[in-house]
Amino acid sequence: MRALTWHGKHDVRVDTVDDPEILNARDVIIKVTATAICGSDLHLYDGYIPTMQAGDILGHEFMGEVVEVGAKSTLKKGQRVVVPFTIACGSCYHCGKHQYSACDNGLPADNQDIGQEMYGMPMSGLFGYSHLTGGYAGGQAEFVRVPFSDVGPIVIPDGVPDEQVLFLSDILPTGWMAAENAQIEPGDTVAVWGCGPVGLFAVQSAFLMGAERVIAIDHFPHRLELAKRFGAETINYEETATYEALMLMTGGIGPDAVIDAVGLEAHGFFVDNVIDQIKASTFLGTDRTHSIRQAIIACRKGGRVSMPAVYGGFVDKFPLGAFMEKGLTLKTGQTHVQHYMPGLLNAIMEGKIDTTFLISHTLGLEDAPNGYKMFHDNQNEVTKVVLKPGLALAAE
Amino acid sequence: MGDTLDPPRDDAPLATSKHASAAVETAAGTLSDAKGGTLTARAVTINRPPHELYAYWRDFTNLASFMDNVERVDVLDSQRSHWVVKAPGGKTVEWDSRITEEIEGEAIGWTSEEGAEVPNSGRVEFKDAGARGTVVTATILYDPPAGFIGKVVAKMFQREPAIQARRDLRRFKQLMETGEIATSSRTRAQLEEEKN
Repeated sequence: MRALTWHGKHDVRVDTVDDPEILNARDVIIKVTATAICGSDLHLYDGYIPTMQAGDILGHEFMGEVVEVGAKSTLKKGQRVVVPFTIACGSCYHCGKHQYSACDNGLPADNQDIGQEMYGMPMSGLFGYSHLTGGYAGGQAEFVRVPFSDVGPIVIPDGVPDEQVLFLSDILPTGWMAAENAQIEPGDTVAVWGCGPVGLFAVQSAFLMGAERVIAIDHFPHRLELAKRFGAETINYEETATYEALMLMTGGIGPDAVIDAVGLEAHGFFVDNVIDQIKASTFLGTDRTHSIRQAIIACRKGGRVSMPAVYGGFVDKFPLGAFMEKGLTLKTGQTHVQHYMPGLLNAIMEGKIDTTFLISHTLGLEDAPNGYKMFHDNQNEVTKVVLKPGLALAAE
Repeated sequence: MGDTLDPPRDDAPLATSKHASAAVETAAGTLSDAKGGTLTARAVTINRPPHELYAYWRDFTNLASFMDNVERVDVLDSQRSHWVVKAPGGKTVEWDSRITEEIEGEAIGWTSEEGAEVPNSGRVEFKDAGARGTVVTATILYDPPAGFIGKVVAKMFQREPAIQARRDLRRFKQLMETGEIATSSRTRAQLEEEKN
């Protein structure tokens, strides 16, 4: 089959590799019909994530048609499914509590050592995101082996286009969980740092959960425009002093809940560690740790902090004093995708959540390297690149 | 016998003691016919009832299904079994093992017979944890092959018994909870390669 493979910094290629096979009874093989490049894929692209190996297949946002089923799968050939990016068994204690990203069994036993060392205990597996998260081959390919298929993938009714449901795999549930973690009460003002896909879905979700006002903060004008489309007020932090603006806009109270959807954007491990280690002082690096600090300082006393943004290691100058003195609550975590998928599929079908607005570019799989470059070089206009294995190569 | 840990001590498991050699002696005193000078222990909670886990484990021919280094276990009689285990450098080590303690549904103790290349003894306990299933605790005393250098080499090849025990227990949990052992291989060929 053809697959987008990683070979090094800024070097991804579409290669021909062996087709995946059913290896365990609960597996299925999916023929991918649509897959997206995630902001966190850019960290792989930039070479920030350790334990990548040449030839690793990327991609953790994907959907497709079931073409082969293991003996214990509950899926049937021909069904269309969206696959969650978290690989969870559905049988362990944590899955029983719907804490799927904390699944005990999603990672191969040998790959659990690193999480045990770094975090005290290993987390679930992820598709296409280095060997720290299991070394599972990702979905930017013609075919994918999907383990625990009786638990993860959600069946999509006929007639619903891929574009409408693809983001159930990661960014929509992640934005939704971000808003849920902000424990929004009717009448609340919610501030969201970062208008990438997760931030934009958090804006929509916050309104659906009863927020009266949402204030969206970013520096890309096009992304702020999208937030405005969903009713958010906007702050461009390159033009405006963010804390001062938030204080004036909230009558000196501060937002009731703050959501940091910037972080390091990466699904997982090590990134800020690595950045710390090499003392990179790129503006992105400093902005990123800045967002959680600013959110904590701006949040009203007794308010809530939600952190969908991913941090992998240690953060300098975390304002623990402000956090304690103001009596804030922090909720965070990798998304429990499997828990949110059914409700969010319904919300999409009922027209309560708009997903397709995000897609700025659709390319064939063969064009994927170009898609990475575009996304990497122009994050203002390129909000989301969707790859379709069936699509012909774009004309030069 | 060297020093043992005198009471009163705290409630923490012996394997976590900062006084390693004294802890080994004390632990050896709790096992019948203890062998081995290195102590390791590991606990895992498995979302299945104790009797089910005990039964699977007690049939020693099952152990190779989740113990990656165990090529096979031949049952010799109700108390004795013959172990064939992978060692660094493509070799195998073999020994006979004897049950020293058996509490139906709760615990199995064992020790290697005289002349074993890797003398070892230990105990695996299955403790009812109510709605959370069963806490499985393995306590193992062993002598790593060829002393310190052997241990370093074994670690390089990931055949170090403590590392192996923790990974084996994770695989046991996966098999018991999910019916299968998680793998990120894409093809059967990769899976075979990973196992060797």
